[in-house]
Amino acid sequence: MIELKNVSKWYDDFQVLDNCSTQVEKGEVVVVCGPSGSGKSTLIKCVNGLEPFQKGEVFVDTISVGDKETDLPKLRASIGMVFQNFELFPHISVAENIKLAQLKVLGRNEDEASKNALRLLERVGLADQADKHPAQLSGGQQQRVAIARALAMDPIAMLFDEPTSALDPEMINEVLDVMVELAKDGMTMMVVTHEMGFARRVANRVIFMDEGRIEEDCTKEEFFNTTRGERAQIFLSKILEH
Amino acid sequence: MFGDFDTAVIFDNLHFLLEGMQLTLVLTVVAILGGLLLGTLLALARLSPFRVVSFCAGSYVNFFRSMPLILVIFWFYFMVPHIVGRPVGGFYSVLVAFVMFEAAYYCEIMRAGIQSVRKGQIYAGQALGLTYGQNMRYVVLPQAFRNMVPILMTQAIILFQDTSLVYVVGVKDFLVSADLVANRENRILEMFTTVALVYFVICLSGSLLVKRLQRKFAK
Repeated sequence: MIELKNVSKWYDDFQVLDNCSTQVEKGEVVVVCGPSGSGKSTLIKCVNGLEPFQKGEVFVDTISVGDKETDLPKLRASIGMVFQNFELFPHISVAENIKLAQLKVLGRNEDEASKNALRLLERVGLADQADKHPAQLSGGQQQRVAIARALAMDPIAMLFDEPTSALDPEMINEVLDVMVELAKDGMTMMVVTHEMGFARRVANRVIFMDEGRIEEDCTKEEFFNTTRGERAQIFLSKILEH
Repeated sequence: MFGDFDTAVIFDNLHFLLEGMQLTLVLTVVAILGGLLLGTLLALARLSPFRVVSFCAGSYVNFFRSMPLILVIFWFYFMVPHIVGRPVGGFYSVLVAFVMFEAAYYCEIMRAGIQSVRKGQIYAGQALGLTYGQNMRYVVLPQAFRNMVPILMTQAIILFQDTSLVYVVGVKDFLVSADLVANRENRILEMFTTVALVYFVICLSGSLLVKRLQRKFAK
């Protein structure tokens, strides 16, 4: 479903992605981890073309993301994305956040979009917050709304860019619970996260990145149980210590 | 000197003065709306990735910001009839002058406003499949506008004061009306004191409103 082939990216002279290749099959959950600055977020943003790349190819459902002819807005509408800082639109209500792209991009009518928004808010346990503004919600609630907003587009896959990194510890689980349920429902997911508990529970594969390169790309079992490269071991020992 | 300060002259000519004030207000409001609209388009052009577009918009802004307003008013007063091929009257020429002049300033305010919206918000709009235009209209500009309300209002107050420059081409705004009354009735002190008071009260109220808004937005 998602395929990256030899993707490289530079910011001026600085190389942030170095010949990255991997693929995500339909229904698969792939966790991307690695130290900060290793290029994880950049890699995931290449999948829906939020970050341009200079070399290599990315395919989503056989559509080439890097191709100039590709209708990027249309492609992006079919892939959900959840950000570290939620990025709900602060000037409109929670329900309007979920309705906006349904109305403007998918061309759904008001009634349909509203029903869909309420159904999704119920699914993430926030049906009673529909009329509030994002700033009135806690971080965990905001991130659950952001997931509902992405799901409203009926995406074929979901991208998560460190969805719990900006959250207070007591709110991390309410977001992870929603993500675990999504994974169990068969959603195709690519998740940048340090939550190894999440990876153990639902990931099919784990990718480890360092200095712009994919250093490990293996099944969850291999990643957690067998001997890995030195850098991945150091990284894991650091984040699993406590 | 103040012994014969005659307030009756104000009330006797109230209707005439109010007509002048009406023109001042209409000019201010149209210049704000027109300037804001044109200025926002200019701001989008200035931020455009196409060099030619951003260069043209930048030149426009730099040109008008380097011109004294009074010169722009003169220039449009004499040029607009030449361009459209018939006399248009002082009011329409100053209207065009103010909209075009203010647009340069509103452009810079809106540009700062657009740049004050976090990159992540633009990513979020894009990720939902919004086109560039939709993202601007529904996500970025509403936030940019909100962030800039206090500065936009300060600019509006300056504009309100600047409209008195239409004096130079004889358009009958509040100041010119008062000047006519002052000379006709030989009541210069009364009229100009009144004019000063009216400008002061309106601008001070505006400034206080801006301060309150700033406090509200700072929360």
